[in-house]
Amino acid sequence: MLADLRAHFAASGVLEVETPLAGPAAGTDPALQPLRARYTGPGYPWGVELYLQTSPEFAMKRLLAAGSGPIYQVCKAFRDGEAGRLHNPEFTILEWYRPGVGLPALIDEVATVARLALQAPKLAVECHSYAALFDSRLGVDVFAADAAALRELAVQNRVPGADRLVLERDGWLDLLLSHLVQPELGADSLCFVTDYPASQAALARLNRDGRTAARFELFHRGIELANGFDELTDGEQQAARFESDNCTRRARGDTPIHVDRHLLGAMQHGLPDCAGVAVGLDRLLMLRLGLRDIDDVLSFSLQRC
Amino acid sequence: MATYSTNEFRGGLKLLLDGDPCVIIENEFVKPGKGQAFNRVKIRNLKTGRVLEKTFRSGESVEAADVVDRDLQYLYNDGEFWHFMDGESFEQCQADANAVGDTTKWIKEQDTCMVTLWNGTPIAVEAPNFVFLEITETDPGLKGDTSGGGGKPATLETGAVVRVPLFIQTGEKIKVDTRTGEYVSRVKDE
Repeated sequence: MLADLRAHFAASGVLEVETPLAGPAAGTDPALQPLRARYTGPGYPWGVELYLQTSPEFAMKRLLAAGSGPIYQVCKAFRDGEAGRLHNPEFTILEWYRPGVGLPALIDEVATVARLALQAPKLAVECHSYAALFDSRLGVDVFAADAAALRELAVQNRVPGADRLVLERDGWLDLLLSHLVQPELGADSLCFVTDYPASQAALARLNRDGRTAARFELFHRGIELANGFDELTDGEQQAARFESDNCTRRARGDTPIHVDRHLLGAMQHGLPDCAGVAVGLDRLLMLRLGLRDIDDVLSFSLQRC
Repeated sequence: MATYSTNEFRGGLKLLLDGDPCVIIENEFVKPGKGQAFNRVKIRNLKTGRVLEKTFRSGESVEAADVVDRDLQYLYNDGEFWHFMDGESFEQCQADANAVGDTTKWIKEQDTCMVTLWNGTPIAVEAPNFVFLEITETDPGLKGDTSGGGGKPATLETGAVVRVPLFIQTGEKIKVDTRTGEYVSRVKDE
C-alpha cells in the first residue's frame, strides 16, 4: 500500500519530507492530547519537556512557508487517551499539502489516493455538506439548534443514555454525528462531508458565510479516514485560535500547550494559500484487508508492545 | 463511594447505574478525530438480567457497584429463602426466589454454587456446570437400547425434567449439564 501511495506522489511531483516527531510545541486543539516526553543533555542541561506530535501539520506548514512547494509525509502520530477498536495512541498518518489548490481539487486527489489504497478503482464518490447531512438524516438545522434542542434530538433518536449526558453544543453535534449519522456514511462509496460548522473549524479558514469552515472529512463504511482543510493562513487568527484553545483547556483543568512560535512566525512571513489533508493509514489498511480492529493491522498495539 | 473512570472500563467491570448493579459486557471507544470522545458500552443489569446500552462522555466517572462472586455451599430452603454458607468463614446468607431463579431446579443440599453478592446480599445464584442427580421417575426403558435415539423424559430428585436415553432407569444417578439442561452420562455409585 505504501509503495502505491509513494508512486502516486512521485508521479505527481509532490516531495516526500520528514519533520520532527518530538518537539517543544504542539497542536492546541482541545480535542487532542499529545503524549509527553523529556530530553536532557547538551543544549538542555536541566531538561526540556517535549510533545510527541499529534500530527506533523505545524512543521509541514513551516516548510510550505519557506517555499517547499507541494509536500507529503508518512509518519507516526501520537494521541494520549485514545485506544479502542479504531484507535491506538501511536498510529500512522499520511499528510500532504498542495499550495495554490482549493478544496474541490484536493477532495478529488483524496478520492484517487483512497481508491489506490483500497484497491477499489471504481469506488464512487459522494459529497454532502455537514448541514445538509444533518438536515436529511435528522431533520435539524445545525445553525439554529441550541444545545438543548440537540440533546432532545439525541434522546428522541434513542442514543442510549443520552438523557444523562452533560455536553456542550459541539459535543452534542459530535454525539449525533458519531452515533446516528456516521455509521451509514460511505457504505459503498467514498463519502466526503464538507463545510463543518465554524465552531469546529480547527485549522481551516472560515467560508465567506462566516458560519461554516473550509474543512472536509472522508468516511468509508462508517469509518472516519481523513480530515482536510483549506488552511488558515492568517497568523493573527491562528494566534487567536491558539489562545482560545488554551483557554478551553485551562477552563476544564488541563495544562495549556506551548504554542508554536515558529509556526506563527512562518505565517507572518507568509504561508501560501494551500489545502492539506491527513489520512489515517492504519484504518485504510484495515478496510483494504476487510479487518475489523486496528489491532489487526498493527505489529504490536499498546497492549502488546 | 468508589468510582471508575471510563478509562477503567472493560468487560466484567461492575457499575451502579440508576440504582442497580450492572456488569459491562462490551466497551467501545468512539471519537471523531477532532471532537468529543465517548465510551459506548453494553451492560447487563445483574438484578433483572436485561442487557442495555449506555453512552458515557470519556473521562466521566461512574459509581462502582460492590458486587462479588463467591463459591458458597447451599444448605437448605426454609420455604421462603435459600440459605448458603461460606465454607471458610462459615458466614451464612439467604437468597430470595428472584436471586435463585431457575437454579433451584438443579441444586440440592451441599452443592457449591457461585453466588453473586451485592453489598453482601445474594442477587444471583449459578448452579455448578455439572450436577449429579438421581432419577425419581421415568418410563421403564427398552432392553437392548444403548444409543437412545430420541430418548424419554425423566424427573430428577430436584424436580427438573431432562431427556435421557431409553436405557436409563428410575433410581439411577445421572450427570447433567446445567447450562444446556442436557443429559451427559450415567454415574456409577461407588
